[in-house]
Amino acid sequence: MTKEERLKKRHRAEKRFRFYGLTSIFVALLFVVILVQNIFSKGSSAFKKTVITTEVFFDQELLEIQNGASQEEIMEADFYDIMIENLIKAYPAKDRDEEDELLKLFSGDAEIEIKKAFLNDNNLIGKTITLDLTASDDIDQLHKGNYPRDLPEERRRISDFQLVIYDYFVENKKISKNFNNYFFNNGDSRDPELAGIGGALVGSFYSILICLLLAFPVAVLASIYLEEFAPKNKITDFIEININNLAAVPSIVYGLLALQILLATIQLPRSTPLVAGITLALMTLPRIIIPCRASLKAVPPSIREGALAVGASKFQSVFHHVVPLALPGTLSGTIIGLAQALGETAPLILIGMVAFVVDIPSSPIDPSSSLPVQVYLWSESAERGFVEKTSATIMMLLSFLIVMNFIAVYLRQKFEKRWN
Amino acid sequence: MNIVLIFLITIFSVSLFFYGKSKTKTISIKDNIKLNALPKFYGYYLVLWCSIPALVFLLIWSLFEPVIIKSIIIETAANQGAIFSDKNEANLIYEKIKAIHLGTYFGDIDSILKESALAYAKFINLFTNSKVVLIFGIIIASVIYSLKKIKNNNKARDDVEVILKGLLFVSSLIAILTTLGIIFSLLFESIKFFSVINIFDYLFGTNWSPQRAFVRDASSITAAEFEELKDAFGFIPLIAGTSFIAFIAMLVAVPIGLFSGIYMAEYASIKVRRISKPIIEILAGIPTVVYGFFAALTVGPFFRQVGENLGLTVSSESALAAGLIMGIMIIPYVSSLSDDVINSVPQSLRDGSYAVGATKSETIKQVVIPAALPGIIGSVLLAVSRAIGETMIVVMAAGLAANLTINPLESTTTITTQIVMILVGDQEFDSPKTQSAFALGLTLFIATLILNYIAQRAVKKYREKYD
Repeated sequence: MTKEERLKKRHRAEKRFRFYGLTSIFVALLFVVILVQNIFSKGSSAFKKTVITTEVFFDQELLEIQNGASQEEIMEADFYDIMIENLIKAYPAKDRDEEDELLKLFSGDAEIEIKKAFLNDNNLIGKTITLDLTASDDIDQLHKGNYPRDLPEERRRISDFQLVIYDYFVENKKISKNFNNYFFNNGDSRDPELAGIGGALVGSFYSILICLLLAFPVAVLASIYLEEFAPKNKITDFIEININNLAAVPSIVYGLLALQILLATIQLPRSTPLVAGITLALMTLPRIIIPCRASLKAVPPSIREGALAVGASKFQSVFHHVVPLALPGTLSGTIIGLAQALGETAPLILIGMVAFVVDIPSSPIDPSSSLPVQVYLWSESAERGFVEKTSATIMMLLSFLIVMNFIAVYLRQKFEKRWN
Repeated sequence: MNIVLIFLITIFSVSLFFYGKSKTKTISIKDNIKLNALPKFYGYYLVLWCSIPALVFLLIWSLFEPVIIKSIIIETAANQGAIFSDKNEANLIYEKIKAIHLGTYFGDIDSILKESALAYAKFINLFTNSKVVLIFGIIIASVIYSLKKIKNNNKARDDVEVILKGLLFVSSLIAILTTLGIIFSLLFESIKFFSVINIFDYLFGTNWSPQRAFVRDASSITAAEFEELKDAFGFIPLIAGTSFIAFIAMLVAVPIGLFSGIYMAEYASIKVRRISKPIIEILAGIPTVVYGFFAALTVGPFFRQVGENLGLTVSSESALAAGLIMGIMIIPYVSSLSDDVINSVPQSLRDGSYAVGATKSETIKQVVIPAALPGIIGSVLLAVSRAIGETMIVVMAAGLAANLTINPLESTTTITTQIVMILVGDQEFDSPKTQSAFALGLTLFIATLILNYIAQRAVKKYREKYD
């Protein structure tokens, strides 16, 4: 091999090496795009729900209440007969079986929806109104194009006759898509068309709030101690090693800790945001302490010495001068820690947040779910409708995380002083 | 009740602050004494003395009250003739008594339950009253003490700072308490587990099927049951599955992460670096449940489809899908750590290599990477520890049944998956099955601890070398 050939070979190797590096970055970036695109394409349809426009006639004979009935009377009244009578008129069905199939096109909440219309206007008896009633999950998925209709009938959840009705609805423009308010307001449900993340949102909110209230003060105080006051001795070293190790302990171990200490020993209520918040706080604490200490360390010693020189005590120099300067870094570290806590699932599963909770929690000691646990729960469900619900929940979760991270970056860039 | 107490303590503290501040001011003006600190510090001093002892007492009381009341009530119920054979039944009766007290119980109420409910009400009342009395006693005592101190014109600022420093120290101790809590809660149940199952049967058994451990009471198992149990908790398939999936993950994460780290540290312009680094780090910020969902619903079925087309049988919960997605999750841990490590290799080493005519890639391969090797190994070990502790991806995308296999297309299970599977839903405490989850947790904790320790040592040593 001549010199020139060798040089050429070496330069080719150089180019190859560069190419590997670039490809790796590209692959990683590509994956971010694929993941986000996959979730968005699956989830965006969940923000709309399919409704069937139906005429509802409030027949006096089928209702035991009068015009002008009070709230309680309406709440107690039975609207089942009214619902049945009106829904079977949506399509000219021939016999009982066909009527049953027709009824299955509506959601399980049709009666409540009719009741709500009456609650809004209690003078409807004897009148006919048009209502947009939520369609069942199968029709919803069919209408959104997520459900193939060219399968043989026995492998479909929708019968041939129901398809005929569906086509009739489409032809007469009786079927349309509305904003899916159920997705944001409802709690969990076995029926995908009625399931929502309302309960999970509130549960996550309470959990993160408790986590913030517990972890932030303790983390800030601990980092101030370690960075500013701690004497250099064995105890301090031990605390530092501990914090570094805790930051790397798998999150599921915190779930076991919570199970044994918080639930079995102290007997806090299971499945509640209170327990979740405490667990997440223990988990986030070391992850907040580390950036907090870094931002305290970044404040130059001249600031401390200046304060001490004009007669401030050690405490005053730290709390009046160092801490305010380190605050942006501290806050952004805390927000990033909270963002991690918001997406944490495994410890919450162990403390029983996987329970099926329909009600939206009204306080941190009510059983509840949380956003990531809701994702886990729904992804285990077989119904097709839950796939888009899960993806949409992930979209919500990711947007919260993005907002939190942006705030963290903004805080750091806008308020943090650079010293060199 | 607690909220009312906390509210009252707050109000007392705030009013004491203003009292202390104005009182010392007037004293100093009237008697013309020079105060030893600014008036507000006397206020702070009072606040700290009024609130901290009372709040600490309230916290400790609230932690122990339910446990004590429960044991008293169960004892009184037993004295009255309630029969329960184990802890679960006792718990059930206690819950019933509580529900009767709250008026939310709709089952049959016999005389024992009724009596116990009355006793429960009595004790709750007693405890609440004594709590309130004691707290007020503590507040009065500590306020009297601190007022006396103030009257003597103490050095309030120094005293306040000593108390606050103590508070700071206590906050930093919480990390140690957490570690202790983890160790004790894991050990406590694990010891119970190993008193039933031989530790060698656990460590070297090749069969994991905890569903066989239906025994409710571990203290009274028959010989036949014991034989059955002996063979149900073999750890080998779990550690094999865990390492296998982690290995697949590292096959993905190490090359991609390392090469992107190298590219970013050595080749990329500032602009490319500024854009691509945060985007890659997004991968670390995505919750793992999202990866799990993606692996289970998109990647798993996709692999199965591809396998079918190629004539292979691919499980839809294959180790390959879980490992691949886990690897992608780990890329940023490898890339940003190795990026940092490579960046801290001194420029003089590179310059020396260029000076003898090496190309950039030769310099990287033969000088920079060997120099950075301890740090890179440290970052890879940290990534391995993430991989074996990762839960949601494997729970959702890997299998549940433990089978020893090295075929990436079959399903395997992991330690974390089994912990979740055992503990999800209702658990019976005191069953070896539940306890086995804690033994698994202990094993996982020790394994990650060792990995992290080695990794941190490696990174630290490396840093010291070039600092």
